[in-house]
Amino acid sequence: MEKKRWFVIIDALLLFFAAIPILTGIVLRVLFTPASEGIEITGALIFTTVKMPWGELPITEAQINSWLVILSVFWLCLYLTHGITAKGGSRRQYLCEWVVEKTESLVQENMGEYFSGFAPFIAAVMALSAFSSLLSLFGLFPPTSDLNIVAGWAILVFLLITFYKCKCGPLQYLKSFTEPVAFLTPLNVISEIATPVSMAFRHYGNILSGSIISVLIAAALGGLSSLLLGWLPGIFGEIPFLQIGLPAVLSVYFDVFSGFLQAFIFAMLTMLYVAGGFPAELYAKKQVKKSQKKIKIKK
Amino acid sequence: MLELAIGIILGCCALGAGVAMVAGIGPGIGEGNAVAKACEAIGRQPECKSQVTTTMLMGCAIAETTGLYALVIAILLIVWAPGRLVDVLMTAIG
Repeated sequence: MEKKRWFVIIDALLLFFAAIPILTGIVLRVLFTPASEGIEITGALIFTTVKMPWGELPITEAQINSWLVILSVFWLCLYLTHGITAKGGSRRQYLCEWVVEKTESLVQENMGEYFSGFAPFIAAVMALSAFSSLLSLFGLFPPTSDLNIVAGWAILVFLLITFYKCKCGPLQYLKSFTEPVAFLTPLNVISEIATPVSMAFRHYGNILSGSIISVLIAAALGGLSSLLLGWLPGIFGEIPFLQIGLPAVLSVYFDVFSGFLQAFIFAMLTMLYVAGGFPAELYAKKQVKKSQKKIKIKK
Repeated sequence: MLELAIGIILGCCALGAGVAMVAGIGPGIGEGNAVAKACEAIGRQPECKSQVTTTMLMGCAIAETTGLYALVIAILLIVWAPGRLVDVLMTAIG
């Protein structure tokens, strides 16, 4: 009995810790939002600027919010894995087992046996991206609609791709630019650079366009309701009735569906690019040669 | 004269954003084709529905890239460019 009570208390604490970052985000948002009238489409708020040797580093809402998402997901993961047993049985254990199995099978399918260690990374990218986009449901600034955040992820993926392309040595990597014909080298270089750029722009553009359209439609509905229902007496004329509920229908598409879809696509492209950039056959040949050399030396 | 110059800057930024979004035609046609073919494929082989859907979503996402480039350019032209260009004008005038 005592054990069960502690279990519940720890559960509640973990959920509480997961909720704290979001509450912090809301409080920061309320404190720092400048008073304004009408519709305004702005980028991330700048909280403060930190002086660095190379200039001033602005600390924006996007950075803070993405750290808050990371913290929140961390506590949520601890909550989901709290009290799992070999026997199973609890609902949350089924949920996290389902997540882990799905990601592992996805990675196996798309990247092959060699990359099976990628599952945690892919799951992390997906969770971070999806929960970042979902932040807009709380009225917070979704970090994914800031180009800097998504560009950071894209650069990380680009480094990974380059690392796996260099697996057979840097010379092999440089040689891969001249294929299939030597005069295509500039085009290959451009397409190499276009990979992270298009990944970042795709994610950022989708989320940002969704939030802009949501703001525009909410404003338009407000204007429409004051036009249609403005004749109502007293305070009823000032309440924008059409704004109640209707924008939420669009939000299901622009925030929830689009957010999940972009997270999935980002993770999928990461897998495809990393697995596609890895010269598997050459690497296998090299490994065989290495092992043969070792055997010769031993003899 | 200054008003005219600023007016030209603002107008051309808005015009440029509008023209940039003409690029939305391409992804529209392309994704329409992709979805049509996916529907055909599902009609032929209903058991492959989930795989076809996943592949189609991936393809749509990649086909969307050009449209999104145009969108980003349009957003930059509307949100960021006017202020910047007016600043440049002001410093040029002195």
